[in-house]
This record gives sequence, C-alpha cells and structure tokens, in this order.
Amino acid sequence: MRLTVAGHETYAYTGARPLVATQPTVVFVHGAAHDHSIWALQSRYVAHHGSNVLAVDLPGHGRSDGAPLASIGAIAAWLVALLDAAGVERAAVVGHSMGALAGLETAARYPARVRKVALLGPSVPMPVSDALLAAAKNDDHVAFELINAWSHSVARQLGGNPVPGMWMTGAALRLMERSRPGVLHTDLAACHAYADGLDAAARVTCPTLVILGERDLMAPARNARALLAALPDVRTVSLRGAGHALMTEQPDAVLDALRTFL
Amino acid sequence: MTTAKTHRFDTLSLHAGAVPDPTTGARATPIYQSTSFVFPDSDHAAALFNMERAGHVYSRITNPTVAVFEERIAALEGGVGAIGTASGQAALHLAIATLLGAGQHIVASRSLYGGSHNLLDYTLPRFGIETTFVDPRDLAAWRAAIRPGTRLLFGETLGNPGLEVLDIPRVAALAHEHGLPLLVDSTFTTPWLLRPFDHGADLVLHSATKFLSGHGVVIGGAIVDGGTFDWDAPASRGKFPTLTEPYRGFHDMVFSEESTTAAFLLRARREGIRDFGACMAPLTAFQILQGMETLPLRMARHVANARVVASFLATHPFVATVGYPDLPDHPDHELAKRLLPRGSGAVFSFTIKGTRAQGRKLIEALTLFSHLANVGDAKSLVIHPASTTHFRMSVDDLARAGIGEGTIRLSIGLEDPDDLIEDLSRALYVAAKATA
Repeated sequence: MRLTVAGHETYAYTGARPLVATQPTVVFVHGAAHDHSIWALQSRYVAHHGSNVLAVDLPGHGRSDGAPLASIGAIAAWLVALLDAAGVERAAVVGHSMGALAGLETAARYPARVRKVALLGPSVPMPVSDALLAAAKNDDHVAFELINAWSHSVARQLGGNPVPGMWMTGAALRLMERSRPGVLHTDLAACHAYADGLDAAARVTCPTLVILGERDLMAPARNARALLAALPDVRTVSLRGAGHALMTEQPDAVLDALRTFL
Repeated sequence: MTTAKTHRFDTLSLHAGAVPDPTTGARATPIYQSTSFVFPDSDHAAALFNMERAGHVYSRITNPTVAVFEERIAALEGGVGAIGTASGQAALHLAIATLLGAGQHIVASRSLYGGSHNLLDYTLPRFGIETTFVDPRDLAAWRAAIRPGTRLLFGETLGNPGLEVLDIPRVAALAHEHGLPLLVDSTFTTPWLLRPFDHGADLVLHSATKFLSGHGVVIGGAIVDGGTFDWDAPASRGKFPTLTEPYRGFHDMVFSEESTTAAFLLRARREGIRDFGACMAPLTAFQILQGMETLPLRMARHVANARVVASFLATHPFVATVGYPDLPDHPDHELAKRLLPRGSGAVFSFTIKGTRAQGRKLIEALTLFSHLANVGDAKSLVIHPASTTHFRMSVDDLARAGIGEGTIRLSIGLEDPDDLIEDLSRALYVAAKATA
C-alpha cells in the first residue's frame, strides 16, 4: 500500500491484504540498501495469519520517495510517523541489521507505540569498517560485493537456497545494486554513528526478541552480548550456521522464532 | 582496497547449488525421484502453498535435484535464479508466455535455431503473438521493428547457423530505451564463453541438452533471470501487467512487489510451470549436473579443436567460405574479440565449392562426424541445415538467414583434432571427385 509519511510517498508491503482495525500490526524494517522484499516469506506469513503487516521501504529505498534518513534516531521518528499515517496506535517492530537498530531506538523512545520488538542481526555498537564506508561513499560496486561476501555464511555462498531455484548471493547483490546512489553510504554511516544503543536498550520496556546468526561476520554474535545484558526483558535465538542474511539463509527458522514471539 | 572473496567460475561449476545431502551425507547430488514431499503439518502445508515458507510441494513446480541445477546455471550466468524446463523450446515458450499475451509483439533476430523460428513464425501467431524478424547486425532494423505492442527483443548469442555475433550491449541498450527486456539464447556459448547479463541482457535461456550437458543423453532447458530489469520503471510502466498487477490466479499477488529482483521467475513458476507444466525431470537435472561439472574443461577443448578445424577448412581448395567469428574475415570478428575473448564456440558452418548433391556426398563420406540433429555433444556432429533443421524456410528466408544449399554445419567435439581433419579431408576429396 502507499501512504504519505513525513510528506513523502511511502510504500509498505501488506501481503496484498487491507489493514484491519481489529488486528494487531507488525512493522518490518529492512537493513542498509535493502527493501521490503528481504522479508518476503516472513511478512507474507504474518499477513496471512491474523496480523496487519507493514513491511516498509524506508525513505529513499525501494518504492519510497524522499532522501534516506541520516540517523537511527531519524528512522525511529519516521517509523512513528508511519504508524500515524496508517492509523496504527501500537505495533510490533521487527528489524534487521540497521532496521534492528531502528527498532531498538523506536522501542526506547516511543514505548507507548511499540508492543514488542524483534532485533535480527543487531550489533551494538555497529562499527562499519573504513574500507566499506569509503567504497560506499564513492558508490563503488565493491561495497556491495564486500557486504555480500560478509553477509552470507561460507556454506551458503555455494548455494543450497531453501527457496528452490534461487541463487542467494546473486539475488542479494542485485537487490543492493537497485539502491540509489549514496543510499548505502547514508545507511552505513547512520549505523556507524549510532552510539546510544546500550542506553536505549536499558530504556526498552516491551518484550524483546534477539535473533543472532552463529556465523554472522557483519554483526558478529559477540557484539550483541552487551545489548543482551542491557535489555530488561529479552529472549535470544541463535541460528546455527547462519550468517547475517538470516531471513534468506534460514527463512523458516526466522519465521518460527518470530511466530513464537509475536 | 579490500576485495570481496567470492567463488570463481570453475568452482561454481562443481559446487554451486549443491550441498552434501543432510540426511545421508551423499556427496553427489541425489536424484529425488519423488512426485511430492510430505508436509510436517497442516499449517506448514498451507504456508508452502501460499509462498510463506520455502520448500517443495510437487515436482512439477519444484524438485530438490532440479533446484540444484537451477541454482548452478543461475550462479554461472550471474543471475538471481532460474527455472529448469523440459527442453530449451519449453524455456523459450515459458519466457514468452510469462511476459506476453494476445495482441503483443516480439522483435527477433532472423538467425535463429529452426525450432525457435517455428514457434515464433508459425505457432505463436495462432495465439495472437506476432514476431518481426530482423537482421541481427542491423541495429536500425531492430529499432524500426519496435512498435507500441512490442514486449520483448530476442536473439541468439551466436546466430544459427551463420554465427552472427549478437551485439548484446547495443541491442540491450535499444531494448531498455523502449522499456523492453532483451532475452538471449546462450546455448551455443554457455556462460564459460559469454555471460549475457554482464553485457546488458535481462533474461537468458539455454538448451541444456547441448554444451551444458555435453554427453548428448538428455533433453532439458533453463530460463535464467538476471534480476536487473525494472518492470515498474517509467519506460516499462503498464507494459507488463502479468508482473506488476494483481494476479487472480495467485491470491492477487503482485509479483514485482513480492520480489524486487525476481518477479519474472515468480510468475513463470507460479503460472507457466504450474499451468503449462513443461517441467524438468529430476533424472534430467542430475544428468545435466554431471556435464556441468566439467563445463570449463570441455569448453576450452571444444574451442581449441574448433579453431584448428576452422583454420584447416579456411585454406582447403574445395571450401568456398568458413563462417567462424574467430577467423579474421568473419564480419563480426572484432565484435567477437570483444564479447567472446575465450573463443566463438565450437559450432560453425562452411560452404563447399559444389552442388547440393556434392554436399550430401560429403556428409555421407564422413566417418567420425555423426550426421544428426544436435550440437554441443562431446562427439563431433555434422548436419545439412537446408534439408533438416531449417527445411521449413523458403529459399529466400534461408538466404537471408545466411544458409546456402551447400552450407554444412559442424559441431566440433573433443576428439583429437588431427583425426577430425583427416576425416574431413577424406570426405572433401570424395565430394570434390563426385559428379556435380
């Protein structure tokens, strides 16, 4: 569906379903240089099992207009504006990577608006290497290649996609290549600069789920330890063998963890 | 600068898509000879049917062995995914049926495999889809043939049988200028010689029967999606409703919203494979995978042998012309050096300084070359296009496609090239001595 959020036309995937006022709502927030389609299986399942889904394209991403938001705080404020535009009072927020940081910040800042929050592949803080930031700043294709190599577990780089017939790393690369110039750098810089994550975690009052990839090189599981210690009400699921691309590498395991939690 | 570690072509030829079987540890890809797959529970079953979970339901739609083949060809081509089909013809039909409907139009190279020409020129008009054929070298002709109802441009990487090299960058740019995708048949070149997506093509099809398999024991095909074409882009808006508008046949799914990069494959599988049913059998996929493991080794030898044989023919007194782009006198030699730096494949034609009857004598005198209707076998093959693969075309159409009555097409195999030259030398002698 299309909404006007903060003055810009915004796209949110709903599973081809209308929003129903009596149903709970789940907002899915993608990571850097991604869009809603990274949640294809999980968001479709949730949309067809009794919840409204808003799997957004963040500003400047996918089908949404506007400039990419320059900080995690700005994304959090935008997510609340999205809920306002959709007429949703409270929602569960599910975020991946940069989207996980945004979910964390939204839950901390706007506790009245967030019912539950699920953080997939979070790292707090989320430092981005100088090499990657420099490549992204120059819109150098190698930035996409580095992310692709670091985001998929070594085993999945040879395939074995649970979705039959799809070449996982090829599809991931093409999705990033669709992003507009400068978007990846803005996203990565926002992650890199987010310094308040542990303070935010301590202020989260809603139940939190953290899903980690045992083989995540982009956001190694060890980088989530302080986050897990700071969150007051957290449960953790660690996916054996998974890299950072959790939703595509292990779609069913991610869905099962979300189903139980949501 | 840091560089990303990714697996290289030869490694992907062996491994892409295949993981040791999680149950048995089998290293070779098992043949999952099963029509259907047991659901863990009712909710899981419903989720599989509704594209909410990943997995297999029924082998017409997907199959674990076929999926390994699909991943492997997608990996080698640099695409996002693929669909294995019953044949190369089925892949062409699937691509067209996914994108076009009655009243719409294709612009195609006129130098096509005879089977593709049949489908486009004789069969699809009955279903309201028309094709204009153009000289693949004439970009102005491609441009002039595009009309409001055009939805697809189509050519072969190397034309059949004249080996016109398709100028993929320029034809793709023209297609994209009009908001249209370029579909390329890459059967003759395989991704080892040319990856059309790297040059701007949007969809690639293969007859996997040929070089991908190499053994000549199986019929199969594939359609690969490059994932680059934006079906919702302003220039394409409204042209591809099968991908950009709700589909009543699958819960009002809008495929381009469901998948940003693989809308074409989703529709092709959820409609074309589901409804037309020209799927690949698991045993077929297994046999093609055996061939693909050695694709880089075989293609290198195919090309090396083809160069030796083409050079021999080019200097033979009874040979009028040899149409092989690696030779300097081929009209596309410079383009071939750019697009096909590893060589122009192993299929080419030559024309004798003789009659149709002498051509027949030549083919009958060959002993190592098998006279049959295929290419891309490990064994060397020969055919006379005017009387076989292209026999439905008029003499004028044949001439326009670069086929003379004395044209003979060779598919060079992996034999010792000296033995191939001796066989050809003897047959040429017999043909030249025969009464015209």
